[in-house]
Amino acid sequence: MLSIVEIDRGTPGVKSDTLVTLDIDGRSISVPEGTSVMRAASQAGISIPKLCATDMLEAFGSCRLCLVEIEGRKGYPASCTTPVAAGMKVNTQTPKLADIRRGVMELYISDHPLDCLTCPANGHCELQDMAGVVGLREVRYGYDGANHVYAKTKQGETNPHFVAKDESNPYFTFDPSKCIVCSRCVRACDEVQGTFALTIQGRGFESKVAASEDSRFLDSECVSCGACVQACPTATLSEKSLIDRGQAEHSVVTTCAYCGVGCSFRAEMKGEEIVRMVPNKDGHANHGHSCVKGRFAIGYATHPDRINTPMIRQKISDPWRIVSWEEAIAHVAGEFKRLQASYGKFSIGGITSSRCTNEETYLVQKLVRAGFGNNNVDTCARVCHSPTGYGLKATLGESAGTQDFDSVEQTDVVLVIGANPTDAHPVFGSQMKQRLRAGAKLIVIDPRRIDLVRTPHIKADYHLKLKPGTNVAVLDTLAHVIVTEGLVDEAFVASRCELEAFAKWRAFVAQDKYSPEAMETETGVPAALVRGAARLYATGGNAAIYYGLGVTEHSQGSTAVMGIANLAMATGNIGRKGVGVNPLRGQNNVQGSCDMGSFPHEFPGYRHVSDAVVRASFESAWGVHLHDEPGLRIPNMFEAAVDGTFKGLYIEGEDIAQSDPNTQHVTAALEAMECVVVQDLFLNETAKYAHVFLPGCSFLEKDGTFTNAERRISRVRKVMEPKGRYADWEVTQLLANAMGYPMHYSHPSEIMDEIARLTPTFHGVSFDKIEQLGSIQWPCNEQHPDGTPVMHVGEFVRGKGRFMLTEYVPTSEKVNAKHPLILTTGRILSQYNVGAQTRRTANVMWHDEDRLEIHPHDAEERGINEDDWVGVESRAGQTVLRARISERMQPGVVYTTFHFPGSGANVITTENSDWATNCPEYKVTAVQVTRVSQPSEWQKRYQAFSNEQQSLLEQSLDATETR
Amino acid sequence: MNIERLVTMINDISHYFAADLDHAAGAASIADHLKKFWEPGMRKQIVAHLAAGGEGLEPLAKTGVEKLSELDSKSAAVNRQ
Repeated sequence: MLSIVEIDRGTPGVKSDTLVTLDIDGRSISVPEGTSVMRAASQAGISIPKLCATDMLEAFGSCRLCLVEIEGRKGYPASCTTPVAAGMKVNTQTPKLADIRRGVMELYISDHPLDCLTCPANGHCELQDMAGVVGLREVRYGYDGANHVYAKTKQGETNPHFVAKDESNPYFTFDPSKCIVCSRCVRACDEVQGTFALTIQGRGFESKVAASEDSRFLDSECVSCGACVQACPTATLSEKSLIDRGQAEHSVVTTCAYCGVGCSFRAEMKGEEIVRMVPNKDGHANHGHSCVKGRFAIGYATHPDRINTPMIRQKISDPWRIVSWEEAIAHVAGEFKRLQASYGKFSIGGITSSRCTNEETYLVQKLVRAGFGNNNVDTCARVCHSPTGYGLKATLGESAGTQDFDSVEQTDVVLVIGANPTDAHPVFGSQMKQRLRAGAKLIVIDPRRIDLVRTPHIKADYHLKLKPGTNVAVLDTLAHVIVTEGLVDEAFVASRCELEAFAKWRAFVAQDKYSPEAMETETGVPAALVRGAARLYATGGNAAIYYGLGVTEHSQGSTAVMGIANLAMATGNIGRKGVGVNPLRGQNNVQGSCDMGSFPHEFPGYRHVSDAVVRASFESAWGVHLHDEPGLRIPNMFEAAVDGTFKGLYIEGEDIAQSDPNTQHVTAALEAMECVVVQDLFLNETAKYAHVFLPGCSFLEKDGTFTNAERRISRVRKVMEPKGRYADWEVTQLLANAMGYPMHYSHPSEIMDEIARLTPTFHGVSFDKIEQLGSIQWPCNEQHPDGTPVMHVGEFVRGKGRFMLTEYVPTSEKVNAKHPLILTTGRILSQYNVGAQTRRTANVMWHDEDRLEIHPHDAEERGINEDDWVGVESRAGQTVLRARISERMQPGVVYTTFHFPGSGANVITTENSDWATNCPEYKVTAVQVTRVSQPSEWQKRYQAFSNEQQSLLEQSLDATETR
Repeated sequence: MNIERLVTMINDISHYFAADLDHAAGAASIADHLKKFWEPGMRKQIVAHLAAGGEGLEPLAKTGVEKLSELDSKSAAVNRQ
């Protein structure tokens, strides 16, 4: 079912500068050339009846309801498949057309149940609407003949055409008895999502929709993106939430709080209750598409595990004491002041998160810098994309991706390195697949055979299956080929880049040691493949690089980011549509949290704290003296805590005890602190070590903005009241006031106004402006009043582009006899990062535990079978997971996800980190894998500790109830 | 803080800047990097470690820390003025 507020124009919009004028029902209409008659009519406010047409999908012309008469043409052409022509005269309503349409509807309804009043689509059913529109008054054929509607025939025999309802998917049902075989679901799965899980099986009256080879939806290839549900004109595919709650009465546009794609959604509401989430067709990042997380996995927001009252305790072995907000805030302020008085100004700090809004993150860093008087503030981008900030700033001059997502539509060569868009950024993954199916070439650089390498109608031209940890070596060999085979875009480099740095770089990558042949044993990639890929990237037309955490989370993460920027500059693939360097951000607001000055060394807008002019501007706006030296990064905070010099931490929306590497080191640091304050939805892993818990809000309970991977700032809108009374930004404000640093914002828009005043790249941003434009890509200021889809046009932000040398330095994390395998980590479609949200939804039906993926050869050597318990041991620790044997892995490499805390994936990862930013080397850990029969010692301790913390929580809740 | 960890981190930084054949420039870049991104307490600790012999620091890393020590004493002098 479509959104309750959107208008469906039947066929997709067409971009053309040529306008064509035609006449429809006596009205003169001008539309872009290539537009269908149906869409042209709709734009003029004339509705032509339709069933198989919807504007998310190409015209199909099967339902025969949208027939029209066109002067000078024979017969009754379908308006959806007929493009407009100059001077065309169209009649959409004639007695003959009315007859035909009524006849068509009569046939449809003769094989459709008549349970409209109790049907979930009632009131929003397109079939029902069309029956009304065409004036259907009788069905002469009756209902006794062959049909798909009834389980039994009149004679009491089993109806061979009947298929029972499929309720296997946790979020939607498939009721074939209501299906009109319009193919909209099948086409949505193909065209929009690109999974090709659905098909029309059989011919004629036997035709029916089937998932995979007639499986249940849950067992099929379906990825539960919901495109089919949205496309269905009847109740055949319906959200279970809609079936349960009935139609929504209002709709609010907001932005998804999962990955860095930042999809726009319409939250369809009944009062304060969400009926369903429908992706917004006007959404600039997602154009009406979504994935299983954004559309369906929102149940966590109302999950009983939510904690909605503040709690405090002296020691982490104590039960919690439920307290008022006033007491909790006073307690935190008192403790922080006490710590600063006894251990010094620098003994406390704050951690904000990529899950927070821009306004919240801005306030946290302001609280730390202005209220705490130090720069000990960091964000979880430290552990994901900090190398992007460093590497792109050094080479291009701005810590951000260069393009918008739509840029891919003009890309000829897509290079994906260390990213898995179909799992981690599914909606952009679908857009990329659309472009690849339309003919763009594909290079994948990844140790694993990710889905993109071979997926329906897409096959990578090159898959460079490198050994984990050799990204820089591979990037250098690609550069070597480009430089030594004369593939450099000399004109671009000469006019746009620093020549001295380029000359140095050219000589550097031209060295024999960086030839693909010389590096072959190191990288494991056949030289011929590297040469082919380099030639394709340099000469295949518009080439764009997309990368993710497989690039950044390495000891040479920043070097690899610079290597990527070097390649784009050397081949002139930057500064226009279709090209560029595109970091795919993990969480919803990675870009924004970095923009907002949450790194310890820089103010909002990536300006160093030592810059006296910038600092003065903040000092005058904030009315305090600000520290001019960088503060502690997250891993430094842990070290300092273990040392006994760092004592108090305010953590908003981040779960360091699960997400950060070397868990045992992190928890030792948490235990060493005297006041750990966690502001979150749930008692997450970190909160189990906290002294104060402050209830946080889901994205549904507050106003603000998120900035996605394209630098796109979109509104988050409150659809329900905060469950714990205060929105997150208000909590930070209360804390600031209690600490003696006054803050008096009455709405997040005022915070954004302050950000805009103080940050040159945000000068033009305001909530009003976002309202007007829908979303804004920064920089948005006097030079770019409507924002900037593509950066570095004509000139780099830093002036001339700077080539940086990228020496390959092998990681110190090496395999040896004790630890002969490399463990690499990643994500899966249905779960999101630490899983705090998605584990509390039915998404666990797709992924209910983290598994260790291992190549059959490695498994056989160790006597490991599918589902066996296996111990994974590194120099940092040991954990136990169940095995999944998979040829996606290369021999010597094992893989796991980290969505479940008990898996202890980060018990194994080490303290190794990127040289420039301390981003952890999550992607390379030397391990041994053995068959075992019981959980690891860490897991046993974790389980005991976790149970104890859960029971402490329950004791406190019980105590309140009996009070 | 754990000095071995700081030493490893500086050695890692020096490996990146070792690509610059001009070693003085490489060392200056290391110092600049530390000044920009390292919290002052960590810088003090590593400078003191160098003064005590600099165990574990590789040659370029050592020169980098020497440069850092100069930079930091210069800015301390400016601050005193």
